Amino acid sequence: MWARAARRVLRAPGGGGRGFASKAGGGGVSAGGEKAPPERGRVPGDVIEHLERLALVDFGSREAVARLEKAVAFADRLRAVDTDGVQPMESVLEDRCLYLRPDNVVEGNCVEELLQNAHRVTEEYFVAPPGNITLPKLDEQELFSKS
Amino acid sequence: MLGRTLREVSVALKQGQITPTELCQKCLSLIKKTKFLNAYITVSEEVALKQAEESEERYKKGHSLGELDGIPVAVKDNFSTTGIKTTCASNMLKGYVPPYNATVVQKLLDQGALLMGKTNLDEFAMGSGSTDGVFGPVKNPWSYSKQYREKRKQKPHDENEDTNWLITGGSSGGSAAAVSAFTCFAALGSDTGGSTRNPAGLCGVVGLKPTYGLVSRYGLIPLVNSMDVPGILTRCVDDAATVLGVLAGHDCKDSTTVQDPVKSFILPSLTDVSKLCIGIPKEYLVPELSSEVQSLWSKAAKLFESEGAKVIEVSLPHTSYSIVCYHVLCTSEVASNMARFDGLEYGHRCDINVSTEAMYAATRREGFNDVVRGRILSGNFFLLKENYENYFIKAQKVRRLIANDFVNVFNSGVDVLLTPTTLSEAVPYVEFIKEDNRTRSAQGDIFTQAVNMAGLPAVSVPMALSNQGLPIGLQFIGRAFCDQQLLTVAKWFEKQVQFPVIQLQEIIGDCSSVFENDLASVSVKQ
Repeated sequence: MWARAARRVLRAPGGGGRGFASKAGGGGVSAGGEKAPPERGRVPGDVIEHLERLALVDFGSREAVARLEKAVAFADRLRAVDTDGVQPMESVLEDRCLYLRPDNVVEGNCVEELLQNAHRVTEEYFVAPPGNITLPKLDEQELFSKS
Repeated sequence: MLGRTLREVSVALKQGQITPTELCQKCLSLIKKTKFLNAYITVSEEVALKQAEESEERYKKGHSLGELDGIPVAVKDNFSTTGIKTTCASNMLKGYVPPYNATVVQKLLDQGALLMGKTNLDEFAMGSGSTDGVFGPVKNPWSYSKQYREKRKQKPHDENEDTNWLITGGSSGGSAAAVSAFTCFAALGSDTGGSTRNPAGLCGVVGLKPTYGLVSRYGLIPLVNSMDVPGILTRCVDDAATVLGVLAGHDCKDSTTVQDPVKSFILPSLTDVSKLCIGIPKEYLVPELSSEVQSLWSKAAKLFESEGAKVIEVSLPHTSYSIVCYHVLCTSEVASNMARFDGLEYGHRCDINVSTEAMYAATRREGFNDVVRGRILSGNFFLLKENYENYFIKAQKVRRLIANDFVNVFNSGVDVLLTPTTLSEAVPYVEFIKEDNRTRSAQGDIFTQAVNMAGLPAVSVPMALSNQGLPIGLQFIGRAFCDQQLLTVAKWFEKQVQFPVIQLQEIIGDCSSVFENDLASVSVKQ
């Protein structure tokens, strides 16, 4: 019974149609392949730099930037969904009360164990380099140097 | 003995047919024999033997702790374990030794389980092949099975057979391989987008993702806080239920666990499925689905129908957007969660000392691989002020639509959904690596990630072997917090299909000492 329905589904035009009870999801849309929107936006250089500062992770190569652009293009497919009047969902347990622990100290006193995992330690301090120096702006060359 | 189910071995231990130490040693020896699978990152031999000794004492006195006492288990390497290094298969945590146990690990240990080791995974559980960790990829034990090898002899094959080994799927591939190759009776995985069910499907074992909120995430190095769940891998459904019974329950250290009293997970043996309603989501019939998996899916539906169950087609309209939504939410939460790795308090630290920012940046460049860095950067992109509304909030809205799709279907009288677990059987590594991690993850997770977004329980049960002699599993999805009902249906299905045991005699060598010639008694009949 349902096999017949499945054949119908495969013949139906994919995508199209908007509206809340959207048929936009009906039928199989290609799994990993790119159904790229008309223009695949390039991510501007200043945004790249900004991301590297925020994440404190560098791209390392042009391929990495290309991968980001592909990821963004993939994410752009969400634009086709009509979400008017829909509230964002933060947690599947939103309808429940979730409880925090009472604020009582019941464990701790494990300074030695915690310090053991750090590379640079002095007495009971984690040692960090100076924090008031901003990361230098990298020019185009350095942006894409192999890590 | 190693081929038996967890419960059968538990009975054997109680009756004194075998001691925990003997069992432990057999497993350790098998782990050594199957080292080439690369399923384990760390084998905790001394710890396991000591635990075995303690277990033996308890059995002698008649004070065993329960069904898991003396049972070898393995734990995925993104769960914290006291005194045993926990790496997440990443340079960032190489050599990191946690000072505490994850709650689920503690629960297993409190029941007397023997910790055999930490299993391999994709770096930080990002991936669907268990190929992207710093300790190398995990090999699917089925690559070396008699069933697969016999089928390959009919075709012309490469000179060196081992160049064409198959992936396990991921990211809990090490756990799946460890269970599939009989080196332990249960393993913990984690499931964010399908990371437990995907390798379970490809390795022919049972992979359970409990309802979000049922099992504590404390000590599980987080990927996506709103979707992560510890997963359970075993060789049969009853075993998974046994382990779930131990792990489930409120944990005051994890505020996202619910406080409802834990119901029993002892599974009745269903004989009458006529009151059951099985839903088949039509949108899961995608063009990329292999014809073999499709035909097995169809066969399973007919099986339920022929036994009296009601089988209906249902619709989850937003399915095609599910993977995109998952991609945005996952990378965004990852970007936030990975911010804790700065080299200061734990983990890798670079040599630069000029400034904290420079030190953090270099540490993170050295510590993370391309996949992780790529996801962090994508996530940060979606969280930029100018993009927040259009990407992150949008994805959260779509998440609600997807969760509602499931709610609507279950409200219409469906008890359990039946879908494929993966698009096809396990593929060779050399094929898998032709595409990048994001593409492969999108393909690997296609049937599994929607479940994580809705927080529902799901289980992959092996059904049959493909024409190539490789396992194919199907996925059952249940209502939230109805894990027992879900597993009851899965158990019935498992009994009907009688999935064959993997024949690994060739690589295990002299199997008599390991299996005591009782392969015939390995069955899923309880």
